[in-house]
Amino acid sequence: MSSYRFAVSVMPREGILDPQGRAVESSLPHLEVENVRDVRVGRRIELTVEAEAEAAAREVVERLAAELFANPLIESWTIEGVPMHAPVS
Amino acid sequence: MRVGVVVFPGSNCDRDALHGARLAGAEAVPLWHETPDLSGSDVVVLPGGFAYGDYLRAGVLARFSPIMGAVRDHAAAGGLVLGICNGFQVLAEAGLVPGALLRNASLRFEHRWVRLSVERHDTPFTAAVPAGMTLRLPIAHGEGRYFLPDDDLDRLEAAGRVLFRYAPPEGNPNGSLRDIAGVLDAGGRVCGLMPHPERASEALLGSDDGLLLLRSLVESAGETVRSTIAPVPMGVA
Repeated sequence: MSSYRFAVSVMPREGILDPQGRAVESSLPHLEVENVRDVRVGRRIELTVEAEAEAAAREVVERLAAELFANPLIESWTIEGVPMHAPVS
Repeated sequence: MRVGVVVFPGSNCDRDALHGARLAGAEAVPLWHETPDLSGSDVVVLPGGFAYGDYLRAGVLARFSPIMGAVRDHAAAGGLVLGICNGFQVLAEAGLVPGALLRNASLRFEHRWVRLSVERHDTPFTAAVPAGMTLRLPIAHGEGRYFLPDDDLDRLEAAGRVLFRYAPPEGNPNGSLRDIAGVLDAGGRVCGLMPHPERASEALLGSDDGLLLLRSLVESAGETVRSTIAPVPMGVA
């Protein structure tokens, strides 16, 4: 068995009002930033999967992304492999 | 006639729902979410609160609680299910009612009294509401903005599955599409509703309009138990 670490990025689907993104955007003038637009706020989930091979590990992550991490009606997601973290003691 | 109220870790309207169901004339029992059994309940209520702390997305973690399999079977067999507030979010995440509840457009937790129009009276959830009456009920939620893609919304409306809408003078408190406050599943036996009928079950609480909905449910369930008449046919979206 090997360990594989993934990051799943979940974003509100295009066309869905993202009030968090809007709130962030509306604060930018306070930072005197004027050349930023289209701010969207999502979430990122990182996890380690134990599996025989990366393909099997990725399958688990794909299932979790579709069934748990994201609601396909309102959110889209991308999955990427990331380096293993140092073990937490 | 027995009403079962599911208790998730973080539910906080379960006792109000039990109390409301008793006022409506039912025997009411709490159902712990880890036991996949409805204790012979004729009606299942998923109450308001913050199941699993609303972590990840409101309702999504509760959807995987052991009792939800039994709730799904109950619904599939034509049993009555009412999801209130967080319970609506759980039903939507479980796919038992259509749509999703997004962060309020205001980004604030909205807790206040609203008016609801009742779109139809021939359902187990609204049969006791007098025609033309708007209901005064409280809301208390951070994620209540009803969303469904436009085409699906058209189909939902055509099938008569929008049951409640926010109405004047207070109007839409959260940015819900088409002012939708409550919807039905395809069979018309599962209802998700953001406002809290159980918190408006006695005049002492500021309104007893919610009792009309609970009474509808209890009386309809009683009729179903006493006879084997098929439920009112509903449009299918």
